[in-house]
Amino acid sequence: MSAISLSGVAKTFRTSGSSDVAALDDISLEVRSGEFVSLIGPSGCGKSTLLRVIADLLPPTTGTVLVNGASAHQARLARTYGMVFQAATLFEWRTVAANIELPLEIMGMPRAERRGRARDMLDLVGLADFAEHHPWQLSGGMQQRVAIARALSFRPAVLLMDEPFGALDEMTRERMQSELLRIWKETATTIVFVTHSIPEAVFLSSRVVVMSARPGRIADIVDVDLAQPRGVDTRADPAFFSLVTKVRESLRTIEVDP
Amino acid sequence: MSTPPVASRSSGSPRVLSAASLLIIILASAVLWEGYKALGQAAGGVWPGTDLGLPIRTNDRAMPHLWDIWASLFAPARRGGEDILLVILLEAALYTWRSALIGFLIGSATGFAIAVTFVRSRLAERGLMPYVIASQTVPVLAIAPILVIWSGRLDLPSWVPVSVISAYLAFYPVAIAMLRGLRSPEPTASELMRSYAAGSKDLLTKLQIPAALPFVFPALRISATASIIGAIVGELPAGLSTGLGRAILGFASSFSSAPEKLFASVIVASLLGITFVGLVAVAERIVVPRGARIDPDLARVTGDPRAVVAA
Amino acid sequence: MRAANWRTVAPAVVVFAVVLVGWEVGVRVAQVQSFILPAPTAIAAAVVEQWPTLSAAARGTFGGALAGLTVGAALAAAAAGAAARWSGFRAGAMPLAVAANSMPIIVLAPVANAWFGLVSPVGTVVVVAVLVFFPFMINMVKGLLSASAAHHELMATYAATRRNVLWRVQVPAALPFVFSALKIATPLAVIGAIVKEYFGGPQDRLGQYITSRAGLFQFDEAWAAIVVASTFGIFLYLLILLAERRVIGWHASLRTTN
Repeated sequence: MSAISLSGVAKTFRTSGSSDVAALDDISLEVRSGEFVSLIGPSGCGKSTLLRVIADLLPPTTGTVLVNGASAHQARLARTYGMVFQAATLFEWRTVAANIELPLEIMGMPRAERRGRARDMLDLVGLADFAEHHPWQLSGGMQQRVAIARALSFRPAVLLMDEPFGALDEMTRERMQSELLRIWKETATTIVFVTHSIPEAVFLSSRVVVMSARPGRIADIVDVDLAQPRGVDTRADPAFFSLVTKVRESLRTIEVDP
Repeated sequence: MSTPPVASRSSGSPRVLSAASLLIIILASAVLWEGYKALGQAAGGVWPGTDLGLPIRTNDRAMPHLWDIWASLFAPARRGGEDILLVILLEAALYTWRSALIGFLIGSATGFAIAVTFVRSRLAERGLMPYVIASQTVPVLAIAPILVIWSGRLDLPSWVPVSVISAYLAFYPVAIAMLRGLRSPEPTASELMRSYAAGSKDLLTKLQIPAALPFVFPALRISATASIIGAIVGELPAGLSTGLGRAILGFASSFSSAPEKLFASVIVASLLGITFVGLVAVAERIVVPRGARIDPDLARVTGDPRAVVAA
Repeated sequence: MRAANWRTVAPAVVVFAVVLVGWEVGVRVAQVQSFILPAPTAIAAAVVEQWPTLSAAARGTFGGALAGLTVGAALAAAAAGAAARWSGFRAGAMPLAVAANSMPIIVLAPVANAWFGLVSPVGTVVVVAVLVFFPFMINMVKGLLSASAAHHELMATYAATRRNVLWRVQVPAALPFVFSALKIATPLAVIGAIVKEYFGGPQDRLGQYITSRAGLFQFDEAWAAIVVASTFGIFLYLLILLAERRVIGWHASLRTTN
């Protein structure tokens, strides 16, 4: 069964001026349960918009979004989505543990259970020693791991990630990618991942969706059949390189032929 | 479970919305005034159904009709006098503004000098900063009579103590905001200047002062109001024959016979404050480039100019 | 650490001592008459001698100031809550509040005297409340709206109610702004209460005490009252700094590097 099912989704932004901006046009996509799908494309291809449409943060102009058979709106009210942004967006007045507990508090989980869940999540992202720290005492990579722990704390079926590693340095980034794959394996969450980086998309995903800009359309879908679990060796695998090249070619065709 | 919409879209231009909303709030306030008055008089000055007195008496002696206040502006200020109240109040306002302007200029210059001194000398800052902050807890308005006596001994004109009090209230926001502004450039910008072999004077005039301008203007607006307050209150013990402070004190003493005149002078004093602040805002538009302006009116701001003033 | 602390405080202490000694010596050597400038020792003596009268007067005045501060802050919180909630109301209320903030509100003092009577404490409370209302309201609205769009999106993915967003995001985010407002409003309240009495008020209050003593050329006693007033103002200010450190120690302006 599809975890996420998009059919004929379009999104037009009405501007106060004369012209409307078509951000997305005729997007149809099926994401299987437990799949890791990346969205990649040039700036302005609407990949972040698409993520927000799936999350019911923006209503689509036309088309339908179904998540586990229900509408995106129902799915949001049922707390189906965990969301991670490029900025960690932690609440600076809360400790690391309290940040992770925030969604649980809102969902009415008893205090003791919350504590336990936060501890499990901190173990999962390897930050058990930092529970009582405040966000500003953590490095950028650590903050982003807290954001991931927070997004997963209430065990959402779908994890939506908007360039989560975009602000990290290359070394941290690669380490975070491996961490994310491990967490994905352990939690069996469906992940939709927006990125600018071709190697990142290939390394992480089971499928890479290549999008074109203005209006945002799906230009190509590249299946990534690299063996699991992926690690340092994967990055040196010739198959990895040929897939990177394939995605790059795909992106290049878009730019040549707009 | 109800959840708020994430992105709310307002219809119509924000300017029109703002003007309409402003008008409604002002009208509602006027209706509240007249409504409270009418209901209070109908109920005999008590909460309807009880014998508890209303907090403010509703007769024409305590709460004149708004239209009576308006009309009083155009009636002769004194029985048999020539000048209408508006002219007399405007003359008084002009006089007060002159003292306030002098105080504002002296105060801003002092604030500027303090900030430049502090930014160049850590020792001066450590030694004097606590007193700059503490200065605002001194009820300086209360030493107005003392200042009046001092300036009398020195044969200074009577507006001098008024302007001094104005300046005392006006310097503080500028000093604090200017200091914050002078320190606002990134360290890399100073390093770049040094790589051009710029001296500390160049650093000040070419980097720090331009960077401080957006911080200073919101503070100047606060100083403008403070200088008016200083002038009005400073006039009270100065024994002046004119000025808004004088007029307000005079109309306060004749409140029971002609309350609308006190309200009219309160309105003129308020307009003087708004006008002065408005003039500073116009100066800001000319001096500070659009993108660099810190707008204290803006709901969403990151660099809070009032926080700057308070810190 | 301790030595560094001392180094930051020492210059201020030295300035205090030098000014005080210089003042005392200057007044004695030049034989300045006391109605021009009384010596610090004379003022100190007046504080001691007049303490029963002064403390009673101060209690009345400061009580009015604190009551006004509380009432003004509470009303401002209600108004700010409404302005943050309804953008239509905000569009009109904010420009109005900014305009009101440029008015010399203290001129309402004679109106309050006429309305509530010279001897009633209500007049002082009302004037102080109006005086502090606008700085509080403007800062609170800014604070309530200071959380980022991403933080609001995050709360939407938790399907958080408006009440949850208000108390868990907007109010904590507004706290630093409330402290900024407190730092402006508290000295304003103390000075406002005194100046209100300046326009007329009960005889046994600080404002009237200062004016009457100055009128009688008893300047050491007038100065004694001023010293009492500013000591209280400084005490309140320090109290706020202390509370700020405890309540919003997480805020960027207060962080101590660990």
